[in-house]
Amino acid sequence: MAADPTQTPQAGRAHQGGPAPGGRANSAPVVGREHEPTIFEFSSPGRRSSSFRTTGVPEWDAADLVPAGWLRSEPIPLTEVSERDLVAHVTRLTHRQYSVDLGAYPLGSCTMKYNPKLCDDAAALPGLAAAHPATPEQFTQGWLELLWCLADTLCRITGMAACTLQPPAGAAGELTGLLLMRAFHESKGQTRHKVIIPDSAHGTNPASVTLGGYQTVTVPSDHRGLVDLDALRARLDSDVAGIMLTNPNTLGLFEEDIAEIAAAVHEVGGLLYYDGANLNAILGVTRPGDMGFDIVHMNLHKTFAVPHGGGGPGAGPVAVSPRLAEFLPGPLPERSDDGSFTWTTPARSIGRVHTWHGNALALARAWSYILANGGDGLRRVAEGAVLNANWLRHQLRGVYDLPYDRPNMHEFVASTTSLKKAKGVRALDVGKRLLEEGFHAPTVYFPLIVDEALMIEPTETESPQTVAALAEALVTIAADPEGVPALAPRTTPVGRVDEARAARILLPTWDAVVTLGDD
Amino acid sequence: MLADIGLSSLDQLFDVVPEALRLAAGLDLAPGLSEPDVLAEMERLASLNRTGTDLVCFAGAGAYDHEVPSATKRLTFRSEFVTAYTPYQPEVAQGVLQALFEYQTLVARLAGLPVANASLYDGASAAVEAVNLATTAKGRQTVWVSGGIHPHWRAVLATFAHGTGHDLVDVPLRDGVTDWSAAPAGDPPAALLVGSPNYLGALEDIGAARAAADRHGALLLVGFDPVCAGLLRAPGEDGADVVVGEGQPFGTPLSFGGPYLGLFSCRMEQVRRLPGRLVGRTVDSEGRPAYVTTLRAREQDIRREKASSNVCTNQTLIAVAAMIQLSWLGTAGLRELALRCARGTRYAREALLAIPGVSLVADAPTLREFALRLPVPAGTVVARMADEGFLAGVPVGVEGGIVRDGGDDLLVAVTERRTRDEIDAYASALEKVVR
Repeated sequence: MAADPTQTPQAGRAHQGGPAPGGRANSAPVVGREHEPTIFEFSSPGRRSSSFRTTGVPEWDAADLVPAGWLRSEPIPLTEVSERDLVAHVTRLTHRQYSVDLGAYPLGSCTMKYNPKLCDDAAALPGLAAAHPATPEQFTQGWLELLWCLADTLCRITGMAACTLQPPAGAAGELTGLLLMRAFHESKGQTRHKVIIPDSAHGTNPASVTLGGYQTVTVPSDHRGLVDLDALRARLDSDVAGIMLTNPNTLGLFEEDIAEIAAAVHEVGGLLYYDGANLNAILGVTRPGDMGFDIVHMNLHKTFAVPHGGGGPGAGPVAVSPRLAEFLPGPLPERSDDGSFTWTTPARSIGRVHTWHGNALALARAWSYILANGGDGLRRVAEGAVLNANWLRHQLRGVYDLPYDRPNMHEFVASTTSLKKAKGVRALDVGKRLLEEGFHAPTVYFPLIVDEALMIEPTETESPQTVAALAEALVTIAADPEGVPALAPRTTPVGRVDEARAARILLPTWDAVVTLGDD
Repeated sequence: MLADIGLSSLDQLFDVVPEALRLAAGLDLAPGLSEPDVLAEMERLASLNRTGTDLVCFAGAGAYDHEVPSATKRLTFRSEFVTAYTPYQPEVAQGVLQALFEYQTLVARLAGLPVANASLYDGASAAVEAVNLATTAKGRQTVWVSGGIHPHWRAVLATFAHGTGHDLVDVPLRDGVTDWSAAPAGDPPAALLVGSPNYLGALEDIGAARAAADRHGALLLVGFDPVCAGLLRAPGEDGADVVVGEGQPFGTPLSFGGPYLGLFSCRMEQVRRLPGRLVGRTVDSEGRPAYVTTLRAREQDIRREKASSNVCTNQTLIAVAAMIQLSWLGTAGLRELALRCARGTRYAREALLAIPGVSLVADAPTLREFALRLPVPAGTVVARMADEGFLAGVPVGVEGGIVRDGGDDLLVAVTERRTRDEIDAYASALEKVVR
């Protein structure tokens, strides 16, 4: 599932599954050019799609079933469409949508890798998908075993002792981790107020810190793009609850001083939180637990083949070191001596963070992906991701600014500062122009510490040909003497979208459009 | 590729990792399996669960066994929806954006309010976000929570209140519905939170809750059941400021509890405090209609520690499923769905109450779910009923007017999938089991 390092882009990838030499790279434009009316505009009175099971239950009237004080007088107007028109509408919408299955998504920090179809089928098995979450544990031993195995394996991958699978996304995992941090300090009779975050951190970090009841203290990066160790030491005191780091960081650089950072934070009684957004880069290479981290969240939708679904659902399990295990959210699956599984809640649990057991089907997908890869395959994932990203960075030397031009991990950050000076080309323009080439845009303007940032993560699943085609597209865009046309993208389903107008004239529903008009 | 970047081995890619931290022996995991072997192992695990394929489901508690039609299944699992990223590049994401815009319209209509967001994780997370919105809007820390709210929602609210410092005050039930006059004296609340139907299935008086909120200058937050909405007046029409709910019934199988769908809808005056993503309609460079995520200044990647919420990844694919399912149901279908649930529930309620020793926990009006007091503890009943081929319900209890998970009473739900024969068989089996 990873890129084959023994091949060069020119030679193509020879092994099974890869394209033939000279085969087409994974870039393709989105084709749906025609404006698609809303589903509401297809409605016609009396038309319907729905049908129901024959039950034989007496057909009482609504007025006999619902007291008058609650009964609505008219049905809620939704849609009145035939199934055929609905299917055509939704299918046309899909033609106006880019996706990983169509082409590459070099979106830094988001790890938009191809997810094997096997995982879709595994999670759709009726024995998993049709289980009611309140079914007693003696009837859901398969689910408990799956969740126990996944939690145990995530601990092995991260070097931690115990793991909750409840958090439904990365940000939920972050907040869970911060509440664990709070519970830990409170158990020691301490009230601490500050959490340290690097200036290159994801926005969810400071937002979660606030919701965890802490104040954010920012630590700057040094000239290497790494945490400034002296600046960090100057901020450490007994009021610091902990520090949140990603490693590799959002510049794609490995925090080489992590052992020193861990020692310094632990010295003042603080905890280290690992934001797992970039875990893909270190699978089987090193582990957060070995680096000294106390709390780790993982984004299963980045690293472990849960597709992004247009923005979710994901899954954000949190693993912890032994001293934090007693605070984990419950219930947790536990294996008894006789090999059966039960739900248990740790003695000093912070409580539930999800209505049920987390995004269970996403967890099942991740388990099938881990089974397919095994320990050796996961290391190859990291190797392929880091190789592709370093190779691509080399191709962009002298074309884009590379503010941190040193060996990177799974992603790197380029900049258009020079191109902007020379011909007005901004990071945004490069992203929009790349859409015309049939690639998704990189992450732009992040991390915030790099001017005109383009954050690029090719992932391990793109072939050498695709990475080469992406490099060529980026070089072509930069080399254009005219710069990037203001109208780019010109070949996409719609042209550049007026975001300012959307905020100025808020039209969040079709009813608002009907009332206020489109122009 | 290695040679192109001046390396001779893959290990050199990781020279930046200090040697002491490197995992010399590799991961302590089994080797990878072939695709058929993975599927065989997943099938083995799946076969150890008893699900709707062999237990007729009368369990609810916020997770319902509704029909998922082929159109919803086939369309939701198209690659373009499943494998797309968050629509940060609207020029190539009109498909997801327009589907979310249509979803927002449908949810807002169900709630009876003008705006809905593009989804949250589940019902509990939507309730947490509603509480956060209300406390920010009112500058108060106290929230009154109905004793009838889903006990897992209450648990999640309590977990996150440790961080925000919010003071959650339980208001007890009387005769199965919330008695707002029993709220303890103290700081004025920022909001009142009530579920209707509540966890026991009883319909709450939203007008009375609105009046209680007005007496204290508080917002009214209502957790609704979007299926029951097909028959009931919308909470927004009855005065709710924020309406939240669990959207699983629209196109998502039971899924062992997730991924589900947090519904969130509010009044326009709160739109700048709305959590998570919001899609708006606008135009492109040629003046054609186009969709984009909007009011982005609320969100964590821009506002950072001052954001309205930390939500980033949400439940878009489940929202798309709900949009397709609601469009498939349509105006007449949603009403019929609610009506069929209510009919089955009435029929089951009468059949079960005819069993000696079985009574209602509270005699309030219900629609799709009700709580029974039994001569035998509910946990025992559920275990025995599985031998008869039924998932009989979910054990529940009420203590001091507050509902809790896992008591001796039994919560029974009936969806449009349950036939008269299944209900009759269930009643016969229950009669045997509680005898």
